[in-house]
Order: sequence, then C-alpha cells, then structure tokens
Amino acid sequence: MCGIVGLFLKDMSLQPELGAMTAGMLATMCDRGPDSAGFAVYGAGEQGRMKLTLRGPAGTDFYAIEGRIGAATGGDMKIEVRDTHAVLSIPERALADVRAVLADTHPEIDVVSFGKRVEIYKEVGRPDRVAERFGLASMTGTHAIGHTRMATESAVTTDGAQPFSTGADQCLVHNGSLSNHNLLRRALRREGVEFETENDSEVAAGYLTWRIREGARLGDALDGALGDLDGFFTFVVGTEAGFGVLRDPIACKPAVMAETDKYVAFGSEFRALADLPGIEAARVWEPEPAHPYFWEHA
Amino acid sequence: MPVVDLASASIRELNQSLHDLGSDTNETHWKVLNPRGAHAIAAGLQVPVTVEIDGHVGYYCAGMNKQAKVVISGNAGVGLAENMMSGEVRVLGDASQAAGATGHGGLLVIEGNAAARCGISMKGIDIVVKGSVGHMSAFMAQAGSLVVLGDAGESLGDSIYEARLYVRGTPKSLGADCIEKPMTGHHKAKLRARLDAAGIGGEVDVSEFRRYGSARTLYNFHVDNVDAY
Repeated sequence: MCGIVGLFLKDMSLQPELGAMTAGMLATMCDRGPDSAGFAVYGAGEQGRMKLTLRGPAGTDFYAIEGRIGAATGGDMKIEVRDTHAVLSIPERALADVRAVLADTHPEIDVVSFGKRVEIYKEVGRPDRVAERFGLASMTGTHAIGHTRMATESAVTTDGAQPFSTGADQCLVHNGSLSNHNLLRRALRREGVEFETENDSEVAAGYLTWRIREGARLGDALDGALGDLDGFFTFVVGTEAGFGVLRDPIACKPAVMAETDKYVAFGSEFRALADLPGIEAARVWEPEPAHPYFWEHA
Repeated sequence: MPVVDLASASIRELNQSLHDLGSDTNETHWKVLNPRGAHAIAAGLQVPVTVEIDGHVGYYCAGMNKQAKVVISGNAGVGLAENMMSGEVRVLGDASQAAGATGHGGLLVIEGNAAARCGISMKGIDIVVKGSVGHMSAFMAQAGSLVVLGDAGESLGDSIYEARLYVRGTPKSLGADCIEKPMTGHHKAKLRARLDAAGIGGEVDVSEFRRYGSARTLYNFHVDNVDAY
C-alpha cells in the first residue's frame, strides 16, 4: 500500500515549521505503511560545501571515523550525528576523495544522499517513531518528502526504505510497482548511473537522474518517465530547487494535492493534509493521471 | 439537530448512532463536523435522514446508502457512495476514483469533477457529474445512467451492458463495445428528469448532450473469435 507525503514551501517564512509540518503528515500515514519510513529534507546549504548523509549499523561511532575522513578534507569537516545517521559537511572539491575513503575503510556505512542541501533519513519501524528518532519535527528547510512503507515484494529492511537518491540533491519516493525495472537498470548502468539495491523504485530515481544529467528539466524528465517506465506508480520527487509529482496513466495509486499561496502539499490521502495551516481555504485536487506537475524555486 | 464533531467523537460512534436510528426517528437531520478526510463516514445508512458533512471526506463515504441523503461540502475520496441502493449522495467538490461503483439505485450528484472509473459496474444508480469524469468511467456498467456535463476520459463505457451515458462535452475515446446512439425525444425526457432530480434542470439544455451505450456485440460468444482462445 505505502503512503507518501510531500511539502514544498512557497512562503519562506514557514521554513522553521517545515519539519514539524512534515512530521505531522508522515505520522498520519502510519497505517498506510507501518514497516519503515524515510524522509528527505532540503535544508540550508553553504557556498562551496556538500552534505553527505551516512547511515551506519546501530551503534556506529561516527566520531571515530572523523579522523580518516577529516584528512581527506584537509581537516575541514563538520559532523552532525542523528541516531543511526550522520550528516557530514565537507568542501565540494573533497567529495570524491571522501567517498573513496569511506568505501575503502568503512564498507558498513552507506551514503544515503549527497548534495548541497538534501539530507535523507530512513529506518525500519513505525513512521512516527522513526521521525522522532531523527528529530524531524525540529528540522527546517524549503521542501521535504516522506514515505511510509508497507512491504509487499521485498523484505522489511532499511535498504528497501525510501526515499531513494541517485544523484546530487535528488530524491524520489514511489507508491506502486514497476515491471520493467531490471531491463531499465541494466540500460542505466551502461549510462553510468549507480544503483545500491535491486529495488524497482531506485530505478525510477536513477532514470530521472539520468534524464536530468542529460539536460532535461524536472518536468521533461517526468514526461519521459511516462513513456519509459512500465508499471504502477505515484512518484513524488525532489531536486535542489524543485518538487514534482507524477502518476501513471492507470492511476491506481491514490494522490491528493493542496495548494495555498504559502505551500504546495502532497498526500496519499487527504488525511495527511488535514492539519496543515490554512488547509480549509486551500485548493484541494486529485492530480491527473499521466500529467507531470512540478514547482521550482527561482 | 444532532451535531457530531469528529474532532472528539470517533467514526464508529457516529456510524453506530446513525445505524441505531429507526425509520420513524425524529432525528432526521444530522450535521458532522471536522471529517478531516476520515474513511467510511456515514456508511451503511438505512433510514430516510439527512446527514450534512462539513469538509473533505476520505474513502467509502456514504457507501451502501439506503434512503438517506448525504451532503458533503468538500471533496470525497475513493469509492464515494459505492454500492448505493437508494437515497441521494451529493458532493459539492470533487470525487476521487470509483465514485458510485456498483451502485444499485439512488442518485449521486458530483458538483465538481469525478476521477477515474466513475460508475464502474453500476447496476441501476443515476449519477450526475457537473464537471468531467476520468478514464474508464462506466466500465462494465450494467444499468442506470451516467450524466456528464463536462468531458469524459479515455475508454468511456468499456464493456458496457445496458446503462445509458449522456455526455455534454467530448469523450476522449469510447471503450470496447461502447458506441454513440441516437438521442430521441424519449432520451431527452429521461435526461431532463435526471437533471431536474439533480436540481440543475433549468441551467442545462438537453439537446447539447450526446448519448452512448452498448453495441451489444460482447453479449455472446462469436464463432469468428474462436482463434483468440
């Protein structure tokens, strides 16, 4: 079944509330997906710096790895630990070196996301508790995307939790299932897109990464997905400045959107949107099948 | 008038109170506050009462309705008035997928748009949509009528049996075995009656509608198709 939520702020004065609003939406979707949860938050970025979100096994001492990785950045590294995840802030030029050292010395640690602004957290467990463990409610930013998973076709593991990120500042959440993901994954690997799992949703993320890398804007990349992805899907995607929604032509998977002059919000069901400020006066509608929707900050 | 605020009462409490009403009840007009997209609000009603719901509702609102009138001043989620038997359900906003699915009777009025599969497998219900309907509407429709003042999505009336479809706008495409049929005086009178029942008879010119229904070629096995099996 799965649940999806997304929030894209138009009024930047709401930024301090982004995490709390998203946490509320995610908690409402617990009963659509009680197995695992994850969320991406587009927070503040720093000029010339990149953020890496790392995930380690329970009990990982992220401060202990600081020495080796810090050396790759010339000592210019900041680390913020949140439960099983840690966000590293490093100079942009050190990204490749840091990833190489990490892969070499700490294969047990996964890079969940990288980019100027995005941070992604995901774990097994009830979505409201997962959000609490990572302190989602206190996070700030311009847009956020969340997912609650009811596992149907692969195990309840953190690897199967969403969002998936396959490019800098990009992420995708998916409700549905794809049928041509193996074929597409092979084709995308030949194009140099890297995949960490055998999950179908990660292929959708990789597909958009490839299209955007080839110069497509978010809306065009979503349009291409309609022709190249076969299966059932409702996607919500994030880029550094953008937020997009796409449903397959059959549109079996539910979707509701709301827009005010302050935000655009997405929920698998209206229940997820019911607590948002000003929702009584919002335009509430069901996104059309096979019609890409996207918003971008200037 | 009984007022149930779902901010404090549960859906079960509301629905149980409505199910407990006898056909001679004096509590004939109910108001429901703060629906907040909850599922199955006012489902399974059996007596002629009016229930006004103030806001957006979730899945299966007014499902299986018999005799009651349910008015929603917002949007409705999946399966609005599914399997309705009689009475009236009216949504002032949009309805999501499968509105009026398998309905046996009664009147469903959607003042906004209806999403995909509106009236799927309808069995006698009358549905009036002031906006447009999504793809595969009236799929396998067996009886009743679907009136659409706007447009219809792809594959309208796919595998239809005997229901009547009236569309003022343009269907994107007709489904298998669904064809346009002549609009006679008899049909115009029927359509007029449906629009009057929906309370919009005066606003609409019935001669602007086109009628669609079953070509009846899928009713029986045709020997020319034997190679397909």
